[in-house]
Amino acid sequence: MRIYAILVYLFLYIPIGIIALFSFNAGRHAAQFTGFSLQWYGTVLSNPFVIGALKTSVIVALSSAALATLSGTLAAVALQGVRGRMRAFYDALIYMAVMVPGIVIGIATLIALVTVFDVLNPMLSGLFGEGAPRLALGKGSLIAAHGLFTMALVTVIVRARLQGMDRALLEASSDLGAPPMRSFLQITLPQIAPAVLAGFLLSFTFSFDDFIIAFFVAGSETTLPIYVFSSIRRGVTPEINAIGTMVLVASLLTLVSAQVILRRRAR
Amino acid sequence: MQSQPIAELRKVTKRYGAVTAASGLDLAILPGEFLSFLGPSGCGKTTALRMLAGFEEATEGEVLIDGQVVNGVPPHRRPVNMVFQQYALFPHLTVAQNVAYGLNQRRPKLPKAEVAAEVARALDMVRLPEFGDRRIWEMSGGQQQRVALARAIINRPKILLLDEPMAALDKKLRHDMQIELKSLQRELGITFVLVTHDQEEALSMSDRICIMDQGRIAQIATPEELYDRPQSRYVADFVGRSNFIPAKVTGHDGGLVVAEAAGALRVLARGDAALPPGAAITLSLRPEEITLATAQEGIEAEVTHRIFLGEHTEYHLKSPSLGTLVAVAPRASEARNGALAPGARVRLHWRDGAALALKDG
Repeated sequence: MRIYAILVYLFLYIPIGIIALFSFNAGRHAAQFTGFSLQWYGTVLSNPFVIGALKTSVIVALSSAALATLSGTLAAVALQGVRGRMRAFYDALIYMAVMVPGIVIGIATLIALVTVFDVLNPMLSGLFGEGAPRLALGKGSLIAAHGLFTMALVTVIVRARLQGMDRALLEASSDLGAPPMRSFLQITLPQIAPAVLAGFLLSFTFSFDDFIIAFFVAGSETTLPIYVFSSIRRGVTPEINAIGTMVLVASLLTLVSAQVILRRRAR
Repeated sequence: MQSQPIAELRKVTKRYGAVTAASGLDLAILPGEFLSFLGPSGCGKTTALRMLAGFEEATEGEVLIDGQVVNGVPPHRRPVNMVFQQYALFPHLTVAQNVAYGLNQRRPKLPKAEVAAEVARALDMVRLPEFGDRRIWEMSGGQQQRVALARAIINRPKILLLDEPMAALDKKLRHDMQIELKSLQRELGITFVLVTHDQEEALSMSDRICIMDQGRIAQIATPEELYDRPQSRYVADFVGRSNFIPAKVTGHDGGLVVAEAAGALRVLARGDAALPPGAAITLSLRPEEITLATAQEGIEAEVTHRIFLGEHTEYHLKSPSLGTLVAVAPRASEARNGALAPGARVRLHWRDGAALALKDG
């Protein structure tokens, strides 16, 4: 049995290891390692297209994560007050949002947005005439689509933390004279802060790494995954390896910090 | 203590759907008294406390605090504070911040120096003067309880509510804490309302005890009265221990009830002078009232178990006429008369008026 386990792990991690290794290759070819060098990282970081895509990715990831964290946390808190059948209904909706395949979200969001734009754009130009703002796919639609998906993620994480919280803490706060809103700010919020922060980091990572949804709704924008995908058509270059390695390290760091934050028990 | 009650329950009933947690509670809590709700779990004692705190609303009836009806008044506007069962200390705040929490909710805000002085005073009172900067999880169970106490008294509540505050402490610590709680109450002059299932705790601290049974008040009285004159078998059984002997009233004699037990045994018992002859009653006889002798007179019995408990010894007895009984002999008397081994034949005695006649049903 153990040999199978080892094979599975090798199958999983060797390709990733190779990417990381060859990002330090001195030579141009992907097949042979000719010496250690950081030159491809230099090449990548001086490529304006890469930097542009990176900037788009970071803006989208930060905004969608902020949006998801805010709305997801509020949803989790509000759901605490919902009981019985309505609770089961909302729970089902949220878990479904987490499980729906990215491609479905991508297509659905694309169709929905394009339809809405087709309706709104003529109205806008009718209202404002020549200089009317034109709604189109872009950063906005990326943020909306990613935010929608990751909001469900945040809700699930924060809910778990809220359910683990001692109800007596809120009763004690109220008993000591704090009205509900102040109890929320002074007791609930500090208690769920680790989950909120972890939710933010996970949302950021998801958005930053996502290709499928982004591919559908990005319009003329290029995120880092989209850039990588389009340049791979011209063959795997050491630059791609360097980008892959950097994204890997950044994502891992974020995910690990999210885990550490979630595990750290506020005793 | 015959002044206006500090809190009152007037025909208060609490239902959760089809379940009735408390039913027709009528109770006046007097200023400065230490009142305990005592009963097994599920008897409604915690519900009664939570209705005073405002966490539960009465389905029927009125709850009054300081003369005001407080039905519908949320907990944060009620002049009472609570010590929670698991203390419910805020884990993200220090000890001093926990204690200051109540004061910091006042609007307009109190000056920082005043809050700090009050916190120091409260921590002094619970004998934790140096612990202000500690985190909650650095404190032992007993210390956490003191913090919870300091946090609850800092707002000088009209009533301090205590929900089984000592359930999580070990026996020795619990005993120390009981004494401390009692002296703290005397010092503060605040009304304390305690919920407990531990009769010893209730007996040792309370001015009055409210015994609860299945959502109803079984009896409200001083600890001594409850022990000496329980009004029902339930109370007699719950407060202290008792032997219960079925009997029948045959008459009255000089303020005592004459009863007949086990066919021919004539017992003079305390009890209601209005009990009619022929009424079926239960005699309640405390174990310490029974003396064991090896003389020829008295009720025959055989020792089945001897349980040595230090200051006293418990004897389990089997009597051909009265069934199984429990008697307790103080260590001093046992040392004088010698211990009785299981199997020993003894005669039982008790003085007239030791037994209490309880109406059946």
